[in-house]
Amino acid sequence: MTELERKQDRAPIPSGWEYATAPESREIVQLRERYGHFVGGEWLEPKESYATIDPASEEPLAEIGQATDEEVGLAVSAAREAFENGWSALPGSERAKYLFRIARVLQERSREFAVLESLNGGKPIRESRDVDLPLAAAHFFYYAGWADKLEYAFPNRKPQPLGVAGQIIPWNFPLLMLAWKIAPALAAGNTVVLKPAETTPLSALLFCDVLRQAELPPGVVNIVTGDGRAGAALVKAEVDKVAFTGSTDVGKAIQRELAGTGKKLTLELGGKAANVIFDDAALDQAVEGIINGIYFNQGHVCCAGSRLLVQESIYEPVISKLKRRLQTLRVGDPLDKNTDVGAINSRAQLEKIEELVRSGEEEGAEIYQPPCRLPEKGYWFVPTVFTNVAQSYRIAQEEIFGPVLSVLTFRTPDEAVEKANNTPYGLSAGVWTEKGSRILSMAQKLRAGVIWANTYNRFDPSSPFGGYKESGFGREGGRHGLEPYLKFE
Amino acid sequence: MAQAPALPTGFELPLEPRLPRIGSIDQVAIEERAGTLAKRSIKRESKVFALELAVRMTDLTTLEGADTPGKVAALASKAVRPDPSDPGIPSVAAVCVYPNLVPTAVERVRGSDVKVASVATAFPSGQSPLEAKLDEVRWVVEHGADEVDMVIDRGAFLAGRYAKVYDEIVRVKEACGDAHLKVILETGELGTYDNVRRASLLAMAAGGDFIKTSTGKLPSAATLPVALVMLEAIRDVYEETGRRVGFKPAGGIRNAKQAVQHLVLVHETVGVDWLTPDLYRFGASSLLNDILMQLRKEKTGRYQSPDYFTID
Repeated sequence: MTELERKQDRAPIPSGWEYATAPESREIVQLRERYGHFVGGEWLEPKESYATIDPASEEPLAEIGQATDEEVGLAVSAAREAFENGWSALPGSERAKYLFRIARVLQERSREFAVLESLNGGKPIRESRDVDLPLAAAHFFYYAGWADKLEYAFPNRKPQPLGVAGQIIPWNFPLLMLAWKIAPALAAGNTVVLKPAETTPLSALLFCDVLRQAELPPGVVNIVTGDGRAGAALVKAEVDKVAFTGSTDVGKAIQRELAGTGKKLTLELGGKAANVIFDDAALDQAVEGIINGIYFNQGHVCCAGSRLLVQESIYEPVISKLKRRLQTLRVGDPLDKNTDVGAINSRAQLEKIEELVRSGEEEGAEIYQPPCRLPEKGYWFVPTVFTNVAQSYRIAQEEIFGPVLSVLTFRTPDEAVEKANNTPYGLSAGVWTEKGSRILSMAQKLRAGVIWANTYNRFDPSSPFGGYKESGFGREGGRHGLEPYLKFE
Repeated sequence: MAQAPALPTGFELPLEPRLPRIGSIDQVAIEERAGTLAKRSIKRESKVFALELAVRMTDLTTLEGADTPGKVAALASKAVRPDPSDPGIPSVAAVCVYPNLVPTAVERVRGSDVKVASVATAFPSGQSPLEAKLDEVRWVVEHGADEVDMVIDRGAFLAGRYAKVYDEIVRVKEACGDAHLKVILETGELGTYDNVRRASLLAMAAGGDFIKTSTGKLPSAATLPVALVMLEAIRDVYEETGRRVGFKPAGGIRNAKQAVQHLVLVHETVGVDWLTPDLYRFGASSLLNDILMQLRKEKTGRYQSPDYFTID
């Protein structure tokens, strides 16, 4: 062996392993400088407009229309006309054809949509690529299948479409919520005016391209953009049904507005879900479920597992594992394929999270945040865990809608149920135990619309989703998701 | 009143709710987590780092009935200098051979840092009397093996005779003397992730320096979820006792991409401390050439024909 070879054998082994950046290219998305409203299959030049930005860099992406009452009225008229002149009379199998087409085009263009969703919303590309897009396409496929089978879904009840549905969606899953709203409405034979959230309109506007590609008749789907004023105009307009996903406060205002009008309403609102970990749970997987429950999509998830209820006998190992796991979360550029936690969606949301986190510290909870380098520009918040949280603290009561977890403990299953249910909300809950019988008994006692056992934040188009109490009413997904878009004789 | 007889020794209640408890593994969740980690995108300099590390961590292995001194000599040369055309490529960690070929391997790696590992204890089945196993271990150590890869008695394990499995590992460890002991669980025969975890904890408690997935003789070997279960067990033991036990996935890791995925698992489970040949090894044969090919691609920008890499 030569001297040279020996030297190389003893070369120091480098320490540390930094992953190189792995950004998904944004070239695939072609944005226009400005967008109007999509009304009757045409672009309507808006009277007012505002800029939509990339929350990870605060750079403007495009000018977006702020719909006036009149523009919303035009969109509703276009939808009415499309409903009366053909769409409602179309056989279900024909409507299904369009939905199947939309689903396929979404699949074909999924990379483009995934990049746009991350660009405009701040969510990691890993999630928009692996969760948002596949699920959005799956929703269209699923409801396409129901379109010609409504009479079998509701036997002897003669299901009929309602007319025009006004739909208002949030900014946390812009395209997926669009799919949740539009797919069942069209399958049931309605036409639609949809308003995406103020901060994340771009995927809905790009979706208009998909509608054209699918050759959907003009006016069947109309998109108007803008802030809450546009939403309020849509609620007041001549629609037959309002479907809203968003905050509980706005949901209450809509319900007040619609009282006595005869318009049908479904609301999917906030949540403060309990994620209950029993001492016999598979610990490392439960910790992974906690992480997925609260840090998925920066915690901008209405069903996020934001209250962790840990059985006191395993409190220490769970918290130590959780803190350790938090250190491996990669916060940063949403378009980087290795990013786990992206940007907070907007400055307003960031301020709300900061305010609630301050209140948690002031009330006496113990805060833990892993060491973390955040980009200088854009809206960011370090994944946070609060321990020593009392049920009475604001961080245990109010929806934070950010990457902030509040940890509480319990001693017995009864206490877990009592604490989990002690909230005005009731959207979702998680149960972690190896014991099947305990899963069933907990699922019966927890007052929440969705209960996950040994998993969290798992969605499927065939599974109905919706809340109890102040988390709203009505179900989306599954056969149940058709019902709010139908009337019966 | 008669007193209850004293409890036999060895009957101890676990009075602390402490780790490592045996615990359990959720199959769906562990596979999902492994799948997520496998999607990490490792590019450019971070990929080169991982691949060079993987070379240093390789236990270059031949375990065939047809092994000869000639075959092992060729393997040993490859181990010392994996890529004759690129002196920047480091040596591998060890060569791993059957007991009869230990003397040849020792002779051939002399003067380098490459270690000699030998399988022992009636590899691959482990179905022999303990005395025969211990004799085999002593023999390979006497003939210069630095590391011993033993197999656990899966028959005893699956019959629930954990104490027998444990005692055997303890005895083999004694017989090893200064040689390092890697304990092969043969996870493909254990059937469940729960069993993989149980066997991992048992092997570590009995004194294994490394735990190793497989013999390489079964189709189901070092899968990512199995590796994750074992790494989590290693982490639990470390957090509880401060003792660092090494890990060796073996069998089924044939290309560079898989090796990188395994390293990502290590990095994000037990951390950078384990990214060293002292605590991590790949048991492989065909893997090395694929890594060399990928490294040359990273350096030159293009793939070369397999004919440019020696087959040993």
